[in-house]
Amino acid sequence: MIRIAQLSCGAEYSGVQRELEKAAEAVGARLIFPEVALDDVLNVESRFGIEVPSGDLNLAMARATRLVENPDLADAVFVCTCFRCAEGAIVRGEVRRFIHSHSRLPVLTYSFTERTTSDTLLTRMEALVTTAKMKGLLAREKQTGLTAGIDSGSTTTKAVIMRDNEIIGTGWVPTTEVLKSADAALEAALTEAKVKREELEGIGTTGYGRFLVGKHVNARLMQEEITVNSKGAVFLADAQRGAATVIDIGGMDNKAISVQDGIPGGFTMGGICAGASGRFLELTARRLGVNITELGKLALKGFHENVTMNSYCIVFGTQSLVNSLSKGSRPEDVAMAACHSVAEQVFEQQLQEVEVKQPVIMVGGTSLIEGLPKAMENLLGLPVIVPRYAQYIGAVGAALLVSGLLEG
Amino acid sequence: MVKVIVFPPTSTILADMVERMGHTPLVMSGEIRKKVNTPSLESPPLNITPEDPKKGLRYAAVDVPSGIRGRMSMIGPMIDEAEAALVVKDGNCLVGCTGCARTNELARLLIKVKGIPQIELKYPTSDAEARRFVHDIRTFLEGLR
Repeated sequence: MIRIAQLSCGAEYSGVQRELEKAAEAVGARLIFPEVALDDVLNVESRFGIEVPSGDLNLAMARATRLVENPDLADAVFVCTCFRCAEGAIVRGEVRRFIHSHSRLPVLTYSFTERTTSDTLLTRMEALVTTAKMKGLLAREKQTGLTAGIDSGSTTTKAVIMRDNEIIGTGWVPTTEVLKSADAALEAALTEAKVKREELEGIGTTGYGRFLVGKHVNARLMQEEITVNSKGAVFLADAQRGAATVIDIGGMDNKAISVQDGIPGGFTMGGICAGASGRFLELTARRLGVNITELGKLALKGFHENVTMNSYCIVFGTQSLVNSLSKGSRPEDVAMAACHSVAEQVFEQQLQEVEVKQPVIMVGGTSLIEGLPKAMENLLGLPVIVPRYAQYIGAVGAALLVSGLLEG
Repeated sequence: MVKVIVFPPTSTILADMVERMGHTPLVMSGEIRKKVNTPSLESPPLNITPEDPKKGLRYAAVDVPSGIRGRMSMIGPMIDEAEAALVVKDGNCLVGCTGCARTNELARLLIKVKGIPQIELKYPTSDAEARRFVHDIRTFLEGLR
């Protein structure tokens, strides 16, 4: 049983404590609350560095101190506070930083509302548990044998075939019916690789449809996309040793993962609104009358400063888009403004919650929209790497990891 | 006998003083007891469900964090019911604590604007201050008879 230390404020009073526990139980974990002495809470400033007016936040910091002094108390840490609480957000960030710099415990941070359900948290908890439980498998750096990976995403389904650490086939289809799309993507990858399905030694699945597809193809590995994507990203970017940051702006949600030696140390998964996702860029391309594959190149010719665009909400983002075009803005500027707006939201909402360390690797289909990594580079002031096969990152990670299960 | 809300609303020491003077203290422990003893709810440990922060909307807007609204769903009705208030400021968490400073601020404000008889005291830090503290509370509570 994996023990996840919960450091929180407001979870009981928001009525979501049961949901947090359900999510942990669903992935074979148990939430624990490290015991602290009263003096630890009263003297939190002398040990942690700050003290705040809210008692529950001081308690969370005291618990963090206790954890780094006794890392055997837990296998992973879940830090959560109420959404929209400034004091909570500051402490949440500091607790994450404190645990990161003083221990190797994986940390997940989250801000909840009363509407948070166990389903919302499931993938995050699963990733936290995998990181704590399967460090050996996640440390694997090479793919061996003949394996396939399928990434059943919300927008597209991707498949790759790998043989002895090389990608020999890829398949990419829009997700319609989950199983049919998975079959089609796998078939395309098999055809390109000139391999028959029965020759495969193992299949790994990831993405939203991982369980359904995994059962269908008899997969040996069905794994959430946070650990799998980070593995695929560092493999493709040749950054398996040391620190790295993985940014994946997806069709439905975004992930920012801080990786150390190929293993996620801290991550956030979010997307308050579709305005901060690949969907908004799809919509922009459609409105500009260009194919999504051309949007990035168009954006590189434009300047975001020439167009006011805030896609915090996809409805208002679309309104800005229509307004700017009707005012005569150049399509190039609009395209870059859309890329900048999406990157800015990920920068503001998610990259503040993880340690951004170089190399910064952008993955997923959206990373191929050239304007997006460019906008991210400008915001971070750091170079952003988009590795070859960036859109197949989940499938590559799944094919790589499943090969580790076939040995022994 | 008067219904007296105490602040901090989790303070058992203040609740005990109110009770000893023959009044009814309105405190969180009483509200939580009701929740925990309510059959058929399964949201341990406090049996607070996602419906409670929605009830808290009566006291705080939707953009106020859910934890504050959840706490206010218990503290707010006590303030509504209160006929007098005993408020102690500057105490640390040992005096009683809702865990959230913003909830404390809102609760104090609502008590203040209600216009009921109330006494506001600083938490004592010395023996002499403590004696004065108890004396002042006693005088206030006796005056409510």
